[in-house]
Amino acid sequence: MKDFLLNLLQNEILVYSMMAIVPLVWVIPFALFAVWWERKISAHMQDRLGPMRTGWHGATQTIADILKLIMKEDIIPAAADSKLFKLAPYVVFGGAYAAYAVVPFSAAYVGSEINVGLFYFISISSVVVVGLLMAGWASNNKWSLYGALRSAAQIVSYEIPVALAILAVVMVVGTFDLQGINQAQSGMFWHWFVFQKFPFLFFALIIYFTASLAEVNRTPFDIPEAESELVGGYHTEYGGMRFALLFLSEYSNMFAVSAIATTLFLGGWNSPFGNFLSGPWWGVFWFLSKGMAFIFVQMWLRWTLPRLRVDQLMYVGWKVLIPFSFVLILGVGVWMLAVQ
Amino acid sequence: MIPQEIYDTLKGTFGEAILESKLDGVPDPWITIAPERVKDIARFLRDDERMQFDALMLLTGMDYTKGRLGVVYHLHSMKWNHKIVLKTVVAAEQPHVQSVEAIWKTANWHEREAFDMYGVLFDGHPDLRRILMPDDWEGFPLRKDYQVPEFYNGMKVPY
Amino acid sequence: MDVTVAVHKEGLLADVDAGRKPVTIPGLGRALRAEEMVINMGPQHPSTHGVLRLELIVDGEIVVDVIPHIGYLHRCFEKHCEHMSNYQQVVPYVDRLDYVAAMSNEFGYAIAVEKLLKIQVPERVEHIRVIMAEFSRIVSHLIAIGTYGLDMGAFTPFLYCMRDREHILDIIEETCGARLLYNYMWVGGLSHDVKPNFQEKTRAFCKYFRPKIAELNELLSYNKIFIERTAGVGILPPEVAINYGASGPVLRGSGVKWDLRKNDPYSIYNRFAFEIPVGKGIKGEVGDCWDRYMVRVHEMEQSVNIIEQAVEQLPAGDVQSAIPKRIRPEAGEVYVRTETPKGELGFYVVSDGTQSPYRVKVRPPCFVNLSAVPAICRGSMIADVVAILGSIDIVLGEIDR
Repeated sequence: MKDFLLNLLQNEILVYSMMAIVPLVWVIPFALFAVWWERKISAHMQDRLGPMRTGWHGATQTIADILKLIMKEDIIPAAADSKLFKLAPYVVFGGAYAAYAVVPFSAAYVGSEINVGLFYFISISSVVVVGLLMAGWASNNKWSLYGALRSAAQIVSYEIPVALAILAVVMVVGTFDLQGINQAQSGMFWHWFVFQKFPFLFFALIIYFTASLAEVNRTPFDIPEAESELVGGYHTEYGGMRFALLFLSEYSNMFAVSAIATTLFLGGWNSPFGNFLSGPWWGVFWFLSKGMAFIFVQMWLRWTLPRLRVDQLMYVGWKVLIPFSFVLILGVGVWMLAVQ
Repeated sequence: MIPQEIYDTLKGTFGEAILESKLDGVPDPWITIAPERVKDIARFLRDDERMQFDALMLLTGMDYTKGRLGVVYHLHSMKWNHKIVLKTVVAAEQPHVQSVEAIWKTANWHEREAFDMYGVLFDGHPDLRRILMPDDWEGFPLRKDYQVPEFYNGMKVPY
Repeated sequence: MDVTVAVHKEGLLADVDAGRKPVTIPGLGRALRAEEMVINMGPQHPSTHGVLRLELIVDGEIVVDVIPHIGYLHRCFEKHCEHMSNYQQVVPYVDRLDYVAAMSNEFGYAIAVEKLLKIQVPERVEHIRVIMAEFSRIVSHLIAIGTYGLDMGAFTPFLYCMRDREHILDIIEETCGARLLYNYMWVGGLSHDVKPNFQEKTRAFCKYFRPKIAELNELLSYNKIFIERTAGVGILPPEVAINYGASGPVLRGSGVKWDLRKNDPYSIYNRFAFEIPVGKGIKGEVGDCWDRYMVRVHEMEQSVNIIEQAVEQLPAGDVQSAIPKRIRPEAGEVYVRTETPKGELGFYVVSDGTQSPYRVKVRPPCFVNLSAVPAICRGSMIADVVAILGSIDIVLGEIDR
């Protein structure tokens, strides 16, 4: 896609800006859709209907909500640190969006073709922590502070199992480049990494998925925004469009980690039937569907499980996930040496 | 133990601290005791082998009009399954009663409420302050001669 | 969690101090002592089950002291009673004490005044009262369980409990016209007789509800995360519970087999066969939050048993035949206590021979259970305070009156 646009427009800066905006074309409608989808999923799981009036089965409910949020008064608490308070949602969104630079939506499109894509992804997600801490501190509210501190501790701790699970895949494929990882899984669906080196990479998917739930602050790891204890955690004092931006970044973060899970384990933009139904546009379709399947599981878990207390959360991260991921890496390494 | 036995035991141990009683013809027989011996009597009732009143069911203030306030204690033994009611009467100008908080922890909040509503002062209570009304409220609401104040912190009270 | 265990074993029975001085935690030492923060779980908070203010003095995440402030919902119930022109007029006020399980409050008050008047109500009235009280118990426990799951972050069981509660509210609405606050049990009888389809609907409900309890257990009670959040947390030893006057599921969760329906029977409860569930410390220690929670779940099952038996034996009769035209009891006093879903609700009614009561004092179970919370919470974490408060199951209407 980059070469096609360069030939067309001959202006490098314009082309690269266009390439950077393409994920936004997906992320914003996705967030609108995901909010509606979450409300419908939660409603049907809870034996009720959810939004029904705004459009077909409430399909335009999110748009109505966005319109309402735009019209709200912009309230900043008097004693809050207003510069940090205003800056925080942008930092959170920036960190969540910057991860899309390396997400390969299709064989023809990836925002930035760097060959350490995965390494970049793991590091850039940490920028979100800075934003959350800013939001919690600047609100001048003890409960927000609790939420922000817990969130920082949680995200930082769970980066390690994420990185270790990813490392297991990198050992098998030999490169950090996400397009390369995708290409290594081409063929029928049993070439996908989740079925390779069975069962080690399968468990790597489970560990990665669990740890990524903690990265995006979803139940059962949603202590930072634990409604029943902290009222709203780090986004208690935010209202109107600032809140909408924080919410948008949460959903885009959710999709970003699902996208990486898809790329690493489920074959990315590869069709499950080999050459049948494959191509640059079909690739986008397969990629987005697999990502949405992970999103569905994330939402399903949110409405089923209670949340862990913060010390239990730390226990699960440090004393359960990390030892298991070490065992996985050991297993994959021994397998590769033995086969050789 | 039947109420007559309880009364006899108490009268034997505490003498003139036990004042009147009404043990027949009422659903809950009561014994009136002197306010300055409440704590000793309570401790005896809780610890004595045959009594073992380990549960304080209710502690309430009363206004007996004509300048007298009272405190009523309903005791119950979970072990022997018997009950007794104790009453004390104090003058409204000097409403001092010994606190039984150290004996039954239930009494902590009950005595705070009796203080809040009637103004009975419990000697020996660790933290006697208002519990239901705001901390700076004036007057004792459940007394029979209570007048609702006109203003409270600038807000008009009766409406 | 050595800190928690140390405080619990040393502090509880010996503590006299329920006031403002915080308790030092042994083991933290001077070198590690950071400054304590006072944080307000304010009157408005999603988890305090009403307008309750908990002042938490915390050291990081560990709670050093909890000071409850109540009185935000004080509506001067007892003063109102003294100015009522009639004992029957008190019944709607009594409803609004524990507004979640209104029938249980009315039951206690009706029995108290009937004892003062020395009247006997017809058999039909007794049976219907028992059925309604047990419906109230199921309703209250469903809300307690649902909101407890909500506090823990499990959103779905709450809605399942509300769905089941709707069935009961439909039956009650057919009988007396109201869903939440009924004015149904009058002194000497009932305000309305039950409709002809009452027995059939009640039996259908009992059949519908038993599998739902099993579903709830599968979804919430035996969920590993829920057990980790509640088992071993907020332990209340039995002697401390009795000394603090705790009653109801709080007392039974600590292992004390004490239920007023069996130990101090009132109305016709001695005719029905049911069991008293007691906490046994299966998942953690005896007297922890999980035990109190499971006592409520088992009590719902036992209530269904009682309802089935009562509805089989429902005799014919007139529910309003014993309602006195003029209630003027002799001067005297009575104290009656009943087993409501929250615990032991006591009514101390003093009459001076006139038509309006001289004094009506309510001994609310939640008031007494809440006074035990500071002792339980010291040394636990903030998230545990929410768990403990949910397991005590308070309703502020009753605490503040």
